[in-house]
Amino acid sequence: MNKEIKNIKKLIVNQSLELDCGKIIKNFPIAYETYGTLNKSKSNAILAFHALTGDQFVTNINPITKREGWWTTAVGPGKAIDTDKYFVICANVLGGCMGSFGPKEINPDTNELFGITFPVITIRDMVRAQIYLLEHLGIDKLLSVTGGSMGGMQVLQFASLYPNKTYSAIPIACSASHSAQNIALDELGRQAIMADPNWNNGNYFKTNLSPDKGLAVARMAAHITYLSKKSLQEKFGRKLQDKGSLKFNFDADFQIESYLRYQGAKFVDRFDANSYLYITRAMDYFDLEKQFNGNLSLAFKNTKSKFFIISFTSDWLYPTIENKEIVIALNACGANVGFVEINSDKGHDSFLLDVPEFLKTLSEFLNSIYKEINNEKRI
Amino acid sequence: MKKEFKIISKIIQNNKRVLDIGCGDGTLMEYLKFNQQNDVRGLEPQKDLVQKCIAKGLSVIEGDAEKELVQFPDKSFDYAVLSQTLQAFLFPEKVLKQLLRIGKQTIISIPNFGYWKVRLHLLFKGTMPITKNLPNEWYNTPNLHMCTIQDFVNFCKEKNIKIDRSLCLTNEKISEITNGNLLYKNIFSQLGIFLIK
Repeated sequence: MNKEIKNIKKLIVNQSLELDCGKIIKNFPIAYETYGTLNKSKSNAILAFHALTGDQFVTNINPITKREGWWTTAVGPGKAIDTDKYFVICANVLGGCMGSFGPKEINPDTNELFGITFPVITIRDMVRAQIYLLEHLGIDKLLSVTGGSMGGMQVLQFASLYPNKTYSAIPIACSASHSAQNIALDELGRQAIMADPNWNNGNYFKTNLSPDKGLAVARMAAHITYLSKKSLQEKFGRKLQDKGSLKFNFDADFQIESYLRYQGAKFVDRFDANSYLYITRAMDYFDLEKQFNGNLSLAFKNTKSKFFIISFTSDWLYPTIENKEIVIALNACGANVGFVEINSDKGHDSFLLDVPEFLKTLSEFLNSIYKEINNEKRI
Repeated sequence: MKKEFKIISKIIQNNKRVLDIGCGDGTLMEYLKFNQQNDVRGLEPQKDLVQKCIAKGLSVIEGDAEKELVQFPDKSFDYAVLSQTLQAFLFPEKVLKQLLRIGKQTIISIPNFGYWKVRLHLLFKGTMPITKNLPNEWYNTPNLHMCTIQDFVNFCKEKNIKIDRSLCLTNEKISEITNGNLLYKNIFSQLGIFLIK
């Protein structure tokens, strides 16, 4: 785990924010990154929300991990979210571990790292915290808010909280309320972390032993849910890893085992175990329907934004049917909504991968909004 | 834009809310949005066509009218438009009921199975009619419930559906259908267009 995160953009919010849990936070950092140039009329800004294990480094090489940004397929010059045209903003979420206020930060009251004394945060808290960043950047109204998975949940929450702050909203592969299956899968990950003796009740920073094994298992289990049965079968099948025959032991005989172990090991280098607990909890607590007494369409009652909802055929984590519930709620309140289910075998991760149909339609939708705004400004 | 859409767009008043069911590539929607300032939404089952609409800046949802229409509230649109699709549904009556519920008014067009060429085809060839408007063979046609202009008028009468306007189209020429000329129009029209509620 990289402990030093220097030279990254940070906004210290010197206002206080009351979290959903009742605690009040103040003077907290929001780490962020921007790409492209904000135009004179400040009308080309897109706020991208990252998913569970993402961060503010959407594209290019992440300066901390030295790996490609999480949405490099979609964001960059000439890409679907074209940084030659749009000003793309992304913030590390509250509870994250890439410089924003999270369990890895120092509690000013105790001068120790928060660990699990950090307050439990929600998707709503994450979104409300990012409003300060928009104020700081002087942006009144965004061209769009977008994100997949937990990023999509933030899109929905944003559109609901701030009906006039964005021209359009693109929630991708997400849900308006976390399903029992998804809560179960998150709990599996959390239990894997907490079962690692190194976790030490969240105080692993005191012992210098981090719960890498638990966090890796959490990641391995989660990673399976991001793929589809078909893509796993096609990519790995029963292929063996660097060997001609089964070895009759518990090493990684199969390529899929080796692949998952690699994914797990790679993850612990860049992610904080406590952050994983907090962020999965925030996803589990997300229930936009409940925020509006069981009527999801009330969440969007005052919205002026144009919605475009995208799901993927092989996504079983946030299946089309859950995405469609959002469409139904938007239609019920007369909102402006488009929806398409993209054909893809790549599972939930489709939104992060090179799925040309998806990238094309994302690009075209944004372009239509861009044109509409420019026409409006001219009038 | 085809003649049928020109007629439909003339029926629709400016600045009204319109739902286009089976909107295809969004030709009619685009016209209504940019020329008549209508607030338009579309429903279309084919992904590639939905994506074409999205690219044009049109709000279209992918879905099947037989399943999706229930989600729209009562009278949430000034007009519900269904162009030449009623006969392709499994349960046209149910779809029509939904249209009448959602739209303050409904515009519906039907390819006329009573058209003389269709009648002659069946009479003389003894096979299922294939015409310019009905180009498919019986085994691959999407049209499950063909009807005539007369059938549709009878249906509306039976179900207490009020027909505010009825028009017909023959070789790009448009005319009104009246009680007096119905028999004649049912033979010589390729398409019937109705404004109902």
